[in-house]
Amino acid sequence: MRDYSKLLNWQEEPMSGIIEEPGSSVHYHTGSWRSYRPVWDSEKCIQCFRCWAYCPDASILAEDGKITGIDLDHCKGCGICAKECPAKPAAIEMVLESDAREKDREAAGKDS
Amino acid sequence: MAEKIALTGNEAGALAFKHINPDVVGVYPITPQTELMHDVAKYVHDGDMDTELVTVESEHSAMSVCVGSSAGGARTMTATCGQGLALMWEIIYIASSYRLPIVMPVVNRALSAPINIHCDHSDSMGARDSGWIQLFCEDSQEIYDNMIMAIKIAENKDVLLPVMVCFDGFIISHTMQVLEVLDRETVSKFIGEYKPAYSVLDLDKPITVGGLDLPPFYFEHKRQQVEGMKKAEEVIDKVTKEYGELTGRNYGFYNGHQLEDAEIALVAMGSAAGTAKAAVDIARENGIKVGLMEPRVFRPFPEEKFASALENAKLTCVFDRSISFGNKGPLAIEIKSMAYDYELDVPIVNAIYGLGGRDITVEDFTGHINKLAEICKSGDIEHEPAYIGLRE
Repeated sequence: MRDYSKLLNWQEEPMSGIIEEPGSSVHYHTGSWRSYRPVWDSEKCIQCFRCWAYCPDASILAEDGKITGIDLDHCKGCGICAKECPAKPAAIEMVLESDAREKDREAAGKDS
Repeated sequence: MAEKIALTGNEAGALAFKHINPDVVGVYPITPQTELMHDVAKYVHDGDMDTELVTVESEHSAMSVCVGSSAGGARTMTATCGQGLALMWEIIYIASSYRLPIVMPVVNRALSAPINIHCDHSDSMGARDSGWIQLFCEDSQEIYDNMIMAIKIAENKDVLLPVMVCFDGFIISHTMQVLEVLDRETVSKFIGEYKPAYSVLDLDKPITVGGLDLPPFYFEHKRQQVEGMKKAEEVIDKVTKEYGELTGRNYGFYNGHQLEDAEIALVAMGSAAGTAKAAVDIARENGIKVGLMEPRVFRPFPEEKFASALENAKLTCVFDRSISFGNKGPLAIEIKSMAYDYELDVPIVNAIYGLGGRDITVEDFTGHINKLAEICKSGDIEHEPAYIGLRE
């Protein structure tokens, strides 16, 4: 894996920005663009895998045939998973990212 | 191997397609290019080419087909003109930026509006910053020859840039001329087997083409394109010489006519250069020391070559078949820029002609040469372009 934090001169850069390592986008975190965050509730999830199939990225995490959560490093917050979730009540809820971060900070503050 | 035949410009272009026998062509018709691709389609239908001919719904798609197929490692060509090139706009930049050596005749046509199907150079001049190499042709012979050379120039590993082979709509595309052509075997030996720099279909070396190139990286990739263009100048020279050895037809970066001792130098590209040559000969008989520089290579702009061709003139007049609105003709702008860098002590004037297919005649040229001779005497330089053949 190329270390993208080390910047190369134009003579050394791969031609035209062609990416020579398959799957390298895993290492590039794009979750910070998000305005809304999907919040997944394992207890409401009926394991239908619709969210996994519809996610236009690959941000629905699954292990051993079970949905296990959402990859927030790459989820861009499009909301398709929440829209497609057939569970009643819905297992995925979209919340404002700013609110979610506020909650994260509060939780972190309590822990320390 | 060599054979003399009579072909229109479009037919000569189509025959070059046949002899090159590319893997893929993306096809969409537009006047006056239509006959060219029509002939290519006939060759494919008759089994004279092994090419995968992909018909699409627009030029945007035609160039998209070319980008996809070339990125997949296939030798790829198309052809277009005028509005078609305008509609390709987004994708021509993508082709050059991904260093895809696509070769495309551009049968020069005026841009709308008002709609006009006849010749001027606004289409390819508009694309002069797109990262494509641009060669201009005067006749059927040059079309055939430049297309074959274009493949070898584009695919050179130090270049890897697409090439537009430009020639005047109707005036050349639909006029029959005698030319000497090669055969498939000779051409395929000359251009050699295509070895792509990369392929998205190479399963042993998977790559991503089309990833986001953010501020820390994009600038470097643009600088690489600059280098490709710089190298192209050397490669054009080398390939042109090799082609000269094969055919006996020796081209340069420009074609000079009575230029060595010329006091008045004309600069003109495309079919008008042929007309200008006849006018130069007449003016010479009348004692005016005039000559012509006819650029064949416009991108990369071979500054040093043009500078040495024009350094002895006392007055240079650049003829443009298009306008950079708000400035002068694009060829004049670039010749002037070159003259500053090379410290040419020569006034340069501009003449705009032939927009929307208006004819320029030998008399138009001789009349303007007489005016230039007067300017030479009076030293009265007009910086505004002259408009030849305009009612005013």
